[in-house]
Amino acid sequence: MKIIKIPKKDWKAGLERSKKSFRVYGPIQGNNKEHSYFGELEQGVEPDMSIERTGLSPKAIVFPRSEVMFEYTTDTAQEGCNIMQPPEKNYSPLAVVGIRPYDVAAMLLVKKNFDTSDYRDPYWCDAFDACTFIGLAVNQPDSLDFSTSTKTGPFDTKGLDILLVDLDEYYLAQVLSTKGTTYLEAAGFNQEAEADAEKQIEAMQKSAEDGIKSQVDFEKIKSKTIMELYEADFWEDAAFACINCGTCTYVCPTCWCFDIQDEKCGKQGKRFKNWDSCMFPLFTVHTTGHNPRAAKVQRVRQRFMHKLKYFMDKYDDGIMCVGCGRCIQACPVNLDIRSICEKMNA
Amino acid sequence: MLGYIDQIKTISAKLLTQGKVDMVIGFRQGSVPMMNVPCMVKNPADLDKLVWDGHCGINLANYVIDRKEKIGIVAKGCDSRNLVNLMIENKIKREQLVIIGVPCKGMLDYRKIESNIVEEKENAQVLVKSGDHEELLERAALLQDNCSICIHHNPVIYDELVGTLVEEQELDRYAQVKKVEALSIADKWDYFETLLNPCIRCYACRNACPLCFCPTCFVDEDKPQWVGKGEDPTDARTFHFLRAYHCAGRCTDCGACVRACPMGIDVRAFTLKLEKDCFELWGWESGLSLDQRPALDVFKPDDPQDFIK
Repeated sequence: MKIIKIPKKDWKAGLERSKKSFRVYGPIQGNNKEHSYFGELEQGVEPDMSIERTGLSPKAIVFPRSEVMFEYTTDTAQEGCNIMQPPEKNYSPLAVVGIRPYDVAAMLLVKKNFDTSDYRDPYWCDAFDACTFIGLAVNQPDSLDFSTSTKTGPFDTKGLDILLVDLDEYYLAQVLSTKGTTYLEAAGFNQEAEADAEKQIEAMQKSAEDGIKSQVDFEKIKSKTIMELYEADFWEDAAFACINCGTCTYVCPTCWCFDIQDEKCGKQGKRFKNWDSCMFPLFTVHTTGHNPRAAKVQRVRQRFMHKLKYFMDKYDDGIMCVGCGRCIQACPVNLDIRSICEKMNA
Repeated sequence: MLGYIDQIKTISAKLLTQGKVDMVIGFRQGSVPMMNVPCMVKNPADLDKLVWDGHCGINLANYVIDRKEKIGIVAKGCDSRNLVNLMIENKIKREQLVIIGVPCKGMLDYRKIESNIVEEKENAQVLVKSGDHEELLERAALLQDNCSICIHHNPVIYDELVGTLVEEQELDRYAQVKKVEALSIADKWDYFETLLNPCIRCYACRNACPLCFCPTCFVDEDKPQWVGKGEDPTDARTFHFLRAYHCAGRCTDCGACVRACPMGIDVRAFTLKLEKDCFELWGWESGLSLDQRPALDVFKPDDPQDFIK
């Protein structure tokens, strides 16, 4: 495997060079500790590589919180009147620098939904295809990280084009795809690492993986029937504390549900999609006013059944969770997906 | 405060075994540090899981809304004031509740503590450990902002009392509001713009709030739709301003909104200003008595405003 050494003193200049041919996105610290997210790095702005887990996941890069799908005009004097047109979008090469391995694993799970043999969501897929993922290994996972039990891990290279490993003075960059090679060329990073680099990374990977003490087990969920889990008696108690705020779904890198809205101003209008949440009563309310998930306990159950049972049954590829720990960190009432998983797996 | 939990358990056991309540609502230990979880206990054998310390910041009044059972509820000063509000606003009946009042000493702000290991000690101190290092810190410096300016630590209504009532502090609750009021119009605009910039419209502040029990919130109405759902900053501001006004004269400054915000927005910047207005205009403090209607729910001939006369 090809490994490039990037001394930290060259890091900023290389990133700036790459901005000539890439839109570069990375972790940004916002107004306060919790307000951290992935955003475009303007000229001279570096990614904040010290943020272990951004408050908002990088899913917004390919799945914005609000995205225009179509625009239209009802002005008969204009060409294309009364026809919905997709707006111009920028799908030029985009480098996501400092994305954590579990967040890329999450994108691969979400891809199963937006890119199927029957349907391809052009907005999500085109944005995803434009991305080069330059991951950053998690050297010291914290107590909320349970990514090794969700088919990823702190050094997982799945879906990545480059994996950076931070060694204080320099980064070691494992080159994992031609996209990765192209980015390193654009940034001008070309110093081959020493021969022991691969061993060094392996040792750090082992130490990071061993550092993860938190695990989920979902093997038994697979053999249980949907109705057995659906009718289980623990839901009322498990859902009691939930305030149905939807924070978990907003910070989750694998939650993909959205709502479609139309807005019109004068003769100009747009149709756009917004993040939605199964925690909200409005999510399922019918035009008749009937709501099949009117009660909180039904909505809580839906969230966990989807993540831990329906997804598993549909795709036979584990659970719809990458163990990033964001929902546990952000939940105002400490509803912990690990304990729900344990109850479902009991 | 360290001894409260034994009394809470004894009282709860009595209420459950004598059949005076169907359930007790309190806190149990969470799965992460500094996070206790609201829980209900129906069986006296399960009372052991109840806990009480400086991590019980969530407002439990939220959990009795529209419930039909007879409920024993552990209530701090702010919870008890919200229970009063809910009784006045017909969301729960007085006879359904047995209020286990807990004189509060302020709740710790998890955002102010970097460490994962925190132990409550005697003499209003907290032991914070990180790696090999440990330090005794004063509780007062680690309290939630709303708790540090709280003047109603004691429950205002209760059927059972845990411990003894604590001394209430006297201070200017509105120093922060006055700073904002003193800003120029342009600076005020910047202040609120920066404040709301991180908002992702998840409405966690609304859901955490024991005042927000409308069957359909105005932001969720779609016939007509009052508020746009995209990323127009006007819509985010509309939500926050309107929600704050819906809480005017009702808010007890329990801090639930701030605790819940995943983006760390100080939502109290709005509600505290309206609390100040209510206090200065009408001498009104919310949730102190079952005999008084909320400030914006009554008319008085001596109203300071002329237009209503």
